Amino acid sequence: MTDELPSAVPVADTGTDLGPLALGETTSTDAPLEPGRFSGVLREILSGSVVLTILAVFASLVIGGILIAVTDPATQTASGYFFGRPSDTFEAAWAAVSGAYAAIFQGGVYDFTATNFGDGIVPLMNSLNFATPLIAAGLGIAVGFRSGIFNIGGTGIILASAGVAGWIGFHFSLPFGVHMIIAVIGGLIAGGIWGFIVGFLKARTGAHEVIVTIMLNYVALYLIDFLLNSPVLRDPSSNAPVSPPEKQTAIFFDLLGPKYALNFGFILVIAATIYCWWLLSRSSLGFKFRAVGENPRAARVAGIRINRMYVYVMVISGVLIGLAGVYQVLGKVTSGFERGIDANIGFTAITVALLGRSKPGGVFAAGVLFGILQAGSYTMQANQGVNVNFIAVIQAVIVLFLAAPPLVRAIFRLPAPGSKPTSRSKRREPDVPASSAPATIGASTK
Amino acid sequence: MKLELRGITKTFGALVANDHIDLTVEPGEIHCLLGENGAGKSTLMNVLSGLYQADGGEILLDDDVQHFAGPGDAARAGIGMVHQHFMLIPVFTVAENVMLGHEESKLGFLDLPAARAKVREISARFGFDVNPDAVIEDLPVGVQQRVEIIKALSREAKVLVFDEPTAVLTPQETDELIAIIKQLKSAGTAIVFISHKLREVREVADKITVMRLGKVVGEAQPTASNAELASLMVGRSVELTVAKSKATTQDHALVVDGLNIRDALGHLVVNDVSFQVRAGEILAIAGVQGNGQTELTEALLGLQERVTGSIELDGKSLRHLPIDRVLGAGVGFIPEDRQEDALIAEFSIAENLMLDRSDGEPFVKRGALQLGFRSEFAEQKVKEFDVRAQGIETFVGRLSGGNQQKVVLARELSRTLRLFVAAQPTRGLDVGSIEFVHERIVATRDTGIPVIVVSTELDEVVALADRIAVMYEGRIVGIVAGDTPRDVLGLMMAGELPAGTELAE
Repeated sequence: MTDELPSAVPVADTGTDLGPLALGETTSTDAPLEPGRFSGVLREILSGSVVLTILAVFASLVIGGILIAVTDPATQTASGYFFGRPSDTFEAAWAAVSGAYAAIFQGGVYDFTATNFGDGIVPLMNSLNFATPLIAAGLGIAVGFRSGIFNIGGTGIILASAGVAGWIGFHFSLPFGVHMIIAVIGGLIAGGIWGFIVGFLKARTGAHEVIVTIMLNYVALYLIDFLLNSPVLRDPSSNAPVSPPEKQTAIFFDLLGPKYALNFGFILVIAATIYCWWLLSRSSLGFKFRAVGENPRAARVAGIRINRMYVYVMVISGVLIGLAGVYQVLGKVTSGFERGIDANIGFTAITVALLGRSKPGGVFAAGVLFGILQAGSYTMQANQGVNVNFIAVIQAVIVLFLAAPPLVRAIFRLPAPGSKPTSRSKRREPDVPASSAPATIGASTK
Repeated sequence: MKLELRGITKTFGALVANDHIDLTVEPGEIHCLLGENGAGKSTLMNVLSGLYQADGGEILLDDDVQHFAGPGDAARAGIGMVHQHFMLIPVFTVAENVMLGHEESKLGFLDLPAARAKVREISARFGFDVNPDAVIEDLPVGVQQRVEIIKALSREAKVLVFDEPTAVLTPQETDELIAIIKQLKSAGTAIVFISHKLREVREVADKITVMRLGKVVGEAQPTASNAELASLMVGRSVELTVAKSKATTQDHALVVDGLNIRDALGHLVVNDVSFQVRAGEILAIAGVQGNGQTELTEALLGLQERVTGSIELDGKSLRHLPIDRVLGAGVGFIPEDRQEDALIAEFSIAENLMLDRSDGEPFVKRGALQLGFRSEFAEQKVKEFDVRAQGIETFVGRLSGGNQQKVVLARELSRTLRLFVAAQPTRGLDVGSIEFVHERIVATRDTGIPVIVVSTELDEVVALADRIAVMYEGRIVGIVAGDTPRDVLGLMMAGELPAGTELAE
């Protein structure tokens, strides 16, 4: 008996329940091998079908309708004598709900009060203006999702890239075109660097990207705040901490004339969408990204350097989200920016990416939908007195439904998806790996 | 209390994890459940502890049929579990962990003094020396395990189940645990001891039941020899024969010298291993699961850290190379756990076939995937390796185990190889697929490639090997010729090298 030898410890046992010892291990360089607890939920969300997505949106609109009806003053008054004349309540509720949704359509898609088609589509162009940064940032988040990275640092990246692009835009005097290109490139580089920091920390130290990105959001927020109060970014002629307006040579030019809000940034976002599609489904790099996202262990055994992939993913994600930041200062708010320039796009983009199932085309569609909701919400408030924040409620409910596919399936009585023999189930029954199934399983014989 | 299991059956989908298991444990008896990983031991115990509901059969305590709806019921009935992975909260104290789940309170405050007293009382009874106020994460693993035992005993457990209790212990801690278990036995507790380690099973058991692939395959007395137990554990009912000619070997291709591997806890899991593989021969690495084979193969591929010693292929060192460079040097690899390490379930067959070749031609040109070539390649390989699937776009996760393994084989064997390492290449496969895989491995050998096959199945080892290296507790017991008798191999798998055994060069 060789007793100086410790009993062989199966690899799977290491790192469990061993307190500080185990913790020491997880910070080593190969730590990112452990897929986070988000990945299971993410996989579930991303593998859902298009039908499920559409139903989730539909269910959210229904719930939104109920909310509008309940909070509508006329409906409340009518429900006071509900048992006397119930039809009044229903009529009032219907008027409120249909009015609100019609207003969203009018303000976000087509203004049916306009006298000609050209005026009628002004709202749609307005919506695309809102949608542009959402799509760009949504693509950045989606690339992360597909690679198993939960990037919630959109806010930080947008602030960093907006700050740099905005500074180039108002500080320098360059010819038309050149100025814009340099400002765009500067902003994208800033976004890429911000993303690189996250990827590098994750790859090198095993730091979880969720924590790092949250913290970097604060870093960016207070940095931009500081710079807006310093001579670097602050407009000397203004009393508030706001930057000078962007020079005309730097801002995105209008595509269809001054009547429409649509500008060159939208072209960039279409290009970015096509690039993401190519990256994820046609490129070698994207193939590796997806492999790492689906099964980091198998990717590692196949010789893919997953730590390096995490860095690449975050740089690309940062550049894409950076485009949203650039758009904010050069396309949306060109009259000088303040600390709220991110307009919460960093977080809304997560919803956009989820709703788009992290597929570039899906993200584009989801971004347009959210742009319509946002543009329409102002008309809704003006015409119907429903607060614009109602849209935030709808978005939140969409996320809830997306995160709970079984709920949507139950509501619409859809069958559960065919049980896939994934490797996940194995974790729960360590003694019965599916790979050791008795001979009855494999149906193929030679 | 007497424990009796009658005809327990538990299935997960198509997988029968427990197939009509019968087991009787008398009070004051230590009953060992012996079997390889995946034999269904832990599933059986999870049924016993109420975690799983059995699909058939019944559990009896003192001849009364029990119905457990959950773990709480089993604990109340007097069944205590000591899990392989401790169910303790690291930042709580010993007393807090022991009272967890049935906290008592006085005037709305937790009655910690009572819990402390209980810990002291049980500690004193068995000489445990556990401080009730120590925080769990500060305690050594062996002491944490004692806390688990105290926890079970504090709930008046009359049947104690130890699930692989020594997996995380040092040899000294293992000896102490065995002493404790014997003490519990003399106090009249019925004990179920689950393990795949022969030494401790023979040391502690009154009775031994051997499980394999979800079935009870035999019962043995502790006086049974290691060889008998080992062959019961790993034997296979289906006899395997592989038609193969004599190996025509050339020079040493792979030379491994003085290889040491430590695990994350610093334990030596591979200890001073040296061997050579010639071009054109199959070296089988045999041994009961968990004796360092997994780590050894992973080290060859560059998947292990904490490695010392040398690994040379055709005179070039593979040590310190990243995995992609090792693969690039012509090492083909079939990982032991094909679903976790070899395949991506949500990728198609075609995508999985290019998984370790995503860096250059012919699958990638100027950073772009060559989808046309990939489809052509996949169609051809699916035909050549007889992968039964609807098409090359089918997700690999939807294939049967045999077809999944064929995808892995097709991928690895379609590269230009200089070494082929197959770990447990037929685990969980049907007989037809096993034959196919074996034929391919022999064919690979015949093209003049050095092959290493790691297997815990004695039949597979005997069928394939030109030479056999047997591993036990991280060491190579000996390297013998491929036609060495099974009883000798069985003894070697238990760590003994019978006198007069002829070692192969």
